[in-house]
Amino acid sequence: MAKPKIAFFDFAGCEGDQLQIANLEERLLDILGHVEVVSFREVVTGHSDDYDVAFVEGSITRPGDEERLKEIRKNAKILVALGACAAIGGINCLKNFQAENVYREEVYGAHARWYPTYAARPLKSVVKVDAEVPGCPIDGAEFARITKDLLLGRTPWVPDFPVCVECKQAGNVCRYEMGRMCLGIITRAGCGAACVSQGAHCWGCRGLVPGANLDAARIVMDRPGTSRKAVQDLLRFFLGDTGAAL
Amino acid sequence: MAKKHPAASAAGSTVPSASASPAAPAPGLATPGATPAASASDAAPAGSKKIHVHYLTRVEGHGNIIVDVEPDGSISTCRWEVPEAPRFFEAMVVGRDYTDVHHIVSRICGICAIGHQLASLQATEDALNINVSEQTHLLRRLALHAENLQSHLLHIAYLVLPDLMGVDSILSLAQTHRDAVLKLIAARRVSNEFSRVVCGRSTHPQRMVPGGFVKFPTTEELTGLLAMLQETLPNLDFAVDLFASVADKLPDFDRETEYVGLVSPAEYAMYWGEIGSSRDERRPVRQYKNISREYLIPTSTAKWTKNLGDSYMVGALARFNLNAEHLMPRAKAAAIKLGLAKGCTNPYYITLAQLVECVHSVEESITQVEKLLSRGIREEAPAKPTNICGGRGVGAVEVPRGLLFHCYEYDDNGRIFQADCVIPTNQNHANIQKDLDVLAQKLAGLPDKELELKLSMLVRAYDPCISCSTHCIDARGLDTGARSLVRINRKK
Repeated sequence: MAKPKIAFFDFAGCEGDQLQIANLEERLLDILGHVEVVSFREVVTGHSDDYDVAFVEGSITRPGDEERLKEIRKNAKILVALGACAAIGGINCLKNFQAENVYREEVYGAHARWYPTYAARPLKSVVKVDAEVPGCPIDGAEFARITKDLLLGRTPWVPDFPVCVECKQAGNVCRYEMGRMCLGIITRAGCGAACVSQGAHCWGCRGLVPGANLDAARIVMDRPGTSRKAVQDLLRFFLGDTGAAL
Repeated sequence: MAKKHPAASAAGSTVPSASASPAAPAPGLATPGATPAASASDAAPAGSKKIHVHYLTRVEGHGNIIVDVEPDGSISTCRWEVPEAPRFFEAMVVGRDYTDVHHIVSRICGICAIGHQLASLQATEDALNINVSEQTHLLRRLALHAENLQSHLLHIAYLVLPDLMGVDSILSLAQTHRDAVLKLIAARRVSNEFSRVVCGRSTHPQRMVPGGFVKFPTTEELTGLLAMLQETLPNLDFAVDLFASVADKLPDFDRETEYVGLVSPAEYAMYWGEIGSSRDERRPVRQYKNISREYLIPTSTAKWTKNLGDSYMVGALARFNLNAEHLMPRAKAAAIKLGLAKGCTNPYYITLAQLVECVHSVEESITQVEKLLSRGIREEAPAKPTNICGGRGVGAVEVPRGLLFHCYEYDDNGRIFQADCVIPTNQNHANIQKDLDVLAQKLAGLPDKELELKLSMLVRAYDPCISCSTHCIDARGLDTGARSLVRINRKK
C-alpha cells in the first residue's frame, strides 16, 4: 500500500506548532517512516499539491487567505487544524476587539491603508475541518496520537472534560483557592494542566470544553478582588472567537 | 500596485509558463496551478521562461527571492520579498495588564518565544521599576542560552547542513549519514531538555513573570542538566569537525557592512549590554531608535532599518565580530578550526558563527549551572513593583537571529498604552537585499539550479525568522502566501 501523503501549511501564526513536531526528534523519524511528507517548509525542501492529509497552522486574517485555504481543502482528503490559532482563532483574535484603523495605525502609522487585513478567525469559519490538534503550543505526543488515529481511519479522541480533572490529578492547588483566576473550569483537558503545573493559571488555549457552563464560570470569576476588566482580559486571551469572550 | 504573483499553488518544480497556460486563457479564468496575475497582467513575452524553483524551503516564515534574468544572461533584478501575514502584536498588547504582556508577545514566534519573553520582561521591569534577584538573572541567562542552542542547532543541522551535503533535507541525510544526524539530534534534544528544566517548556513557557520565576528547577534537575551539558560538548566538537570539513562548500563572497549587537566589557554580551556597532559609537539601549532607524521603501514588503550605511547586520556573525575576544575557550578553539576570524565579512559564515556560539552557550551554561548549584536554588517570590506609576521601559536581548528590542509605555494602572518591538530579522532585511544586489552580479551567467542554490543559501544563512517579524507586511497583494523561495524569470 502506498504511504499516505501529508503536507503542512501555515497562515498567521508563530509556527510554534510545527516546531513541536520537529521537536519530536527521533520519534519524528519514526513517524516519517509511515508517511510521505510532500510539504513541510520548516524542515524539507520541495512541495507538491498531491496530498491526503493537510495540517494547517495559523489563523485566517486576510480575504486572500480564504482562497488559499479553500484550495488546500480541495486537495486534501483530511484537513487538520494545528494549534490554537487554526482551531479557535487564538491569540490573533485579540486584535478583533480593537477598531481596525486603530490596530493598523498602531503598527504601520500613516501607511496603514497599504495592508489588507480583517478580523482574525479560525479555519472552521472558512472551510470544513476534519480534526483539531488543540493547544498553544500543541503537545507533540498528542499530535502523534491524533495523526496515528487519522491514518488508521479512526476518529481521533480528544478529552471532553475540563482541565480541572487533570489539574487535580497533577496535585495542583486550585488557583481560585489562591484568590487567582483560571480558565481550567471551562477549557478542554489534554494538556495535563500544563500551565497550572508550571505555576501559572489556565489561559484557555485548548478551547472550550463541550458543554462549558459559561454563566457559572462568570459567577465563579466575578468575585471580590477581581476586576471585570481582568475577567474580560483573560476570556479574550485565547477565546476571542468563542462565546466566552465578553 | 498589483505585482506578479509568485505562484502560490503551482505544482511541479519547473514550470515553463507556456505549459501552465497553453491556450492563453482569458484573464480571470486562471486555473489552479497557473498564476492568475502572471498569466493575465504580466503578459510575459512569447517564449519567455518563468521558472519556479525551490518551493517553500527551510526558512521559518514566508519569503521569496525574485530574480529577473535578461536575454544576455545578466541579472536586472534580484529582490528579497516578505509576504507574511501581518499580526499586529504591538496593537494587541495595548490596554493589557503588565503581568500578561510577555505571555502575549511570546506568541510572536514559536522559535524565539523565550527571547521575546525576556526582552518583554526587561522592558516591563524597566518601566515599572521592578528589581529582580541575582538568581533570577542567572536562571534567565540560562533560558537564553537554552533557546540560542535550540534555535542554532535547528538552523545548522536541519536547515543548512543539507545544502552543504548536497541533499534536500535532514531526512535524506538520515539515510546516508545516520551517525552524524543522530549526534546532532542528540545535541538538539539536550537543548530542548535544557529549556524544559529551566523554563518548564521551550515554546511559550510559563515560569517567567515580571519580577522573577513562579517555579524553579530542582537541585536534581540541575545536576542532571549539568551532566547532559557536559556530555554534549563532544557532540558539538563532532559538529565543528563536520562543518570544518565542508566549510569550503560555503560560497566565497564578501561584502563589508555595519555589524550591530550588544556589547559589554565583561562578557560575550547576550543577556544585556550596550548597543555596539562596528562603525559607530556605543549607545545605551534606551536610545535604540537612534540605531535601528526604520524606513519604508516602495518596493519592499517589510520595514527596513539602517544606521550609518544603507543597511546593517545583526545576529551571530555580528556578535562574533563585535565580541569574539569574550568567547569561552572551547568556542574560541572552534572558531579557529572553522576558519572564522574576527572581521569576517562573508554572510554565508553566519552559520559557522552560530556553531561557535553553540559551543560558547554550552560552556557558559555549565559554569552558570555550577554557580546555581553551589548557591543552592531558593524558592523566592517574584519581586513586585513597589507602587505602580506609569513610565517607559526598554528591553534589549540578543536572541538567536540578533538584537531584539521591546519598548513599552505604561499608564499609572500598570496597563500598556504604547508598545514597539524591533525584530532582528527586520533589521537584517535591508542587509539581505544589499547582499543580493552585489551577489547577483557575481553570479550572472550561472545555470538556474546553481543560481537558485547560492541565492537561497544566502538568505538561509541569515536564518530569517519571518513569523517573528511583527512588522512584516505585504504591500503589494502577495497575500496568498508565496510558496517558492526563489523565482527566476529568464527573459528571452
